[in-house]
Amino acid sequence: MQRIGVSKRIGNIKFAILSPDEIRRMSAVKVISADTYDDDGYPIDRGLMDTRMGVIEPGLRCKTCNGRVDECPGHFGHIDLAMPVIHIGYVKEIKKFLQHTCSICGRVLLSEDEIRMVTEMKTRHEVFGERADFVSLLRALRIEPRQICPHCKAEQKKITLDKPTTFRENGVKITPKDIRDRLERIPTEDLAILGMNPETARPEWLVLTALPVPPVTVRPSITLESGDRSEDDLTHKLVDVLRINQRLRENRDIGAPQLIVEDLWELLQYHVTTYFDNQTSGIPPARHRSGRPLKTLVQRLKGKEGRFRSNLSGKRVNFSARTVISPDPNLGITEVGVPEEAARELTVPLYVTTFNVEVAKEFVSRGPNPQNVDGKYVPGANYVISPEGRRIKITEKNKANLLEQVGPGWIVERQLMDGDICLFNRQPSLHRMSMLCHEVRVMPHKTFRFNLCLCPPYNADFDGDEMNLHVMQSEEARAEAKILMRTHEHILSPRFGAPIIGPIHDHITGSFLLTYKNPQFTREDVNFIFMRMPETPIPAPDVEKGGEIWYGKSLFSIVLPPDLNLTFKASICQKCDECRKEKCDIDAYVKIKDGKLVCGAIDGKGIAVGKGKILDKIARDYGTLAAKEFLEKVTRLAIGVITLRGFTTGISDEDIPEDAKNEIRKVLENGKKEVNDLVSKYLNGTLELLPGRSLEETLEVEVMRVLGKARDEAGKIAGKYLGIGNSAVLMAKSGARGNMLNLTQMSAALGQQAVRGERLFRGYYMRTLPHFKKGDLGAEARGFVESSYKSGLKPTEYFFHSMGGRESLVDTAVRTSRSGYMQRRLINALEDLKVMEDRSVRNTAGTIIQFRYGEDGVDPGRSVQGNAIDAVDMFVELLGGKEKKTLEELGEIETGALNYGEVDRDILFAEEDLEIEEEEGEEEYEEYEEESEREGD
Amino acid sequence: MAEFNIFEHEYVPEHYLVDREEEKAILKQLNLTKDQLPRIKKTDAAIVALETITGEIEPGRIIKIVRRSRTAGVFVAYRVVVV
Ligand SMILES: [Mg+2]
Ligand SMILES: [Zn+2]
Ligand SMILES: [Zn+2]
Ligand SMILES: [Zn+2]
Repeated sequence: MQRIGVSKRIGNIKFAILSPDEIRRMSAVKVISADTYDDDGYPIDRGLMDTRMGVIEPGLRCKTCNGRVDECPGHFGHIDLAMPVIHIGYVKEIKKFLQHTCSICGRVLLSEDEIRMVTEMKTRHEVFGERADFVSLLRALRIEPRQICPHCKAEQKKITLDKPTTFRENGVKITPKDIRDRLERIPTEDLAILGMNPETARPEWLVLTALPVPPVTVRPSITLESGDRSEDDLTHKLVDVLRINQRLRENRDIGAPQLIVEDLWELLQYHVTTYFDNQTSGIPPARHRSGRPLKTLVQRLKGKEGRFRSNLSGKRVNFSARTVISPDPNLGITEVGVPEEAARELTVPLYVTTFNVEVAKEFVSRGPNPQNVDGKYVPGANYVISPEGRRIKITEKNKANLLEQVGPGWIVERQLMDGDICLFNRQPSLHRMSMLCHEVRVMPHKTFRFNLCLCPPYNADFDGDEMNLHVMQSEEARAEAKILMRTHEHILSPRFGAPIIGPIHDHITGSFLLTYKNPQFTREDVNFIFMRMPETPIPAPDVEKGGEIWYGKSLFSIVLPPDLNLTFKASICQKCDECRKEKCDIDAYVKIKDGKLVCGAIDGKGIAVGKGKILDKIARDYGTLAAKEFLEKVTRLAIGVITLRGFTTGISDEDIPEDAKNEIRKVLENGKKEVNDLVSKYLNGTLELLPGRSLEETLEVEVMRVLGKARDEAGKIAGKYLGIGNSAVLMAKSGARGNMLNLTQMSAALGQQAVRGERLFRGYYMRTLPHFKKGDLGAEARGFVESSYKSGLKPTEYFFHSMGGRESLVDTAVRTSRSGYMQRRLINALEDLKVMEDRSVRNTAGTIIQFRYGEDGVDPGRSVQGNAIDAVDMFVELLGGKEKKTLEELGEIETGALNYGEVDRDILFAEEDLEIEEEEGEEEYEEYEEESEREGD
Repeated sequence: MAEFNIFEHEYVPEHYLVDREEEKAILKQLNLTKDQLPRIKKTDAAIVALETITGEIEPGRIIKIVRRSRTAGVFVAYRVVVV
């Protein structure tokens, strides 16, 4: 392999501090005037816009390098400060130097012995590549700060910092000038131990005597429409600095009263400080005339809108669109609906050759705004690019002229049309399935539309979500996207080796309704269902005598590959001790033989995202295209069935008869009574201790157990009256949406509320709320909610519920922020790694990261939950017809998709909890991030 | 020197010093130059321990590491010694 990509290597990077000398040496001009432009609009000599610092206006030439606007890189100038001021970024360091050196002789406040000890420890740390901070070294060696200089015996006074920039010695202010003098006295030999490299810096450089003025190119002024000039915030700030500097110099030189000089000096300090960081705590931010705080140096770099995250980590692109999304079950899973308006704006370059010159001319002749024909979209063209690279907008005027010129070598930028390849993306792009390749379908209206099977990979819903579309401009890019990024190539997720694109919600309900207990359909029904799947012929009826009848299971079998064999247990399975298989009472044993559904209901376990065994098997064994077809067919079928039958859920789905309510009340009453018994046992000391628990812990554990049991029992009672005929129950049992606990909480009782896994106890003295007696340990007083969501909560219960709810809210906020931050750091570290042809993982320098990807070279997206192959499945398939016997020999293992997609407790849907208050999470993320950046980087 | 041999600990993979003659063949097989190999510090505990067997190991030598892998059973990796 040829070494490519490394043309230059960075040997090392050195960080140092600019000395006043250096600032003056690199300066092209000493700025003395606070004015910018003269009356003719020409930059004032030695002013802030002096042309020696570069030019921003076309026509002018830089006085330093003689370059024009695009040629001159800009040059620094400088301001000589009348009096020294403290650099706000180095306050911490200055404080350290003052506190640990002698105010008289400047030596570090350590004896020679101690100096030796610290130096030795420091080098030891550095061998291990650890930073050794002076203060922490002192702490590690248990060296106490000295009050008397060991070198000159001078007594030291206490140095304090009055934030942000005022230093005091025994409460008396020291001026920056005094500070600078003191720092000057520190001998070079003592610098290393204090953590400063004597070769690159001197401590007195931390106090500024000269201020660099950035090139005008860094702070360009803009001319408003009115002709007025508006200066950059940095220039404004520099004007302030110059003005005060000037006044300070004058007052000092004429020998003005000390008070006035000091005031001006403070003011200069303020301006220089805010010039660096306008969010320094302890001082009011400098404001623009309009009242807007100025954006100075630190603000340019920091945060989401700062240079790093906004400009360096994120970039803007052309040929892209963004709008709200909405669902369209009639689109295929590889398609995306694009609004006409967007399609007319987005273009694809058409390279004109002798073969397509007529086509290209047709586009040009249509121009940028062709009329739709019979309401059908007709693509036009917006620009042409001449062989010399000139970009010409097509207009009604120049159309005829352009038509004559366009020929081989030209490029026509034609508008988007059906079948164009594009990338579709939803932020946050947390995994590779967040950006997939789609085919365009130009449609009326203003939203992007796509098939509902794609909601899980994008993590999208339609409550106002927006998504981005990118149109590729080169043939290579299109080819690459088509091969690597097509939606159906990502049905199996590399995250957990199971489908991530697939049926959701109503699709599952629909197929369950179609197959559960094998319902019958008439000709009319079947016509209605197949209406939306025109490419699928209607099968022959199962019964013809006495009226045509189709069975649900045979209708479902149509979408299955003809040679599919599979056996598994459905989501509704109650896990009976002994499975009755084909004779299962609730139709939970699914068996597919030669592409025919023999028995069982198709629910979540059959087709759903993350766990669908049929989908998984088809994607693996029949290929991604077969899986795509299966998905499109099965979802249309399911939607047809659910539309035909009608399906709804409402608050009345949680209705339970009065008898049940009484029964539940009794159960809860018993539970509470049991708790009271436990409490009295606890009080009179007869409560039997659990092993390894204190008396209090025992009581809590027992109470939680009793109340948990009571809630479950209440749920069971409610469940008795809520059958599969109930829509909410049907959805929960079939795995379409929700679970039985949700239903219990809605219809029976909410149960115990908890904070940190314990019953509630915080609030008032010895009680949670003033509604209870002090020391009440009973169920109600400690957060047990016996009401249901439907019946409504009592005031105290409502309060307890909010206490418990807050915890989960905070948890999610913290979790999203942490994982978001971790994700970003990981991606930054891994973004340029790739798997090479020799299957090794390398970075851009060709350095090995892994000798073989994942050490075993297995693509997790093609693995069976991380395993390279599913041996049992292959074994069974090889034995073919003898399947049943084989199974017995293998000892009751489900065939086919053995544990395919068996994801531990719905990894996918665990994320649903996070949906609550996403915004809040993001905000805190911001904070967290800023925090970590300050600490870490 | 350490009281016990770290290589006897079950979590420490086997380290071998690659013969100078073998180095070329290995690099050719891996399609690599030496500076593209992952690194191991000369001060690494494993190198220090290995030196008691092989004698001083100069920076630039290649170490073969054989370890148990969760995904691949046994996996062989190479590292180059650096200062
Ligand atoms: Mg949303
Ligand atoms: Zn210049
Ligand atoms: Zn001294
Ligand atoms: Zn069963």
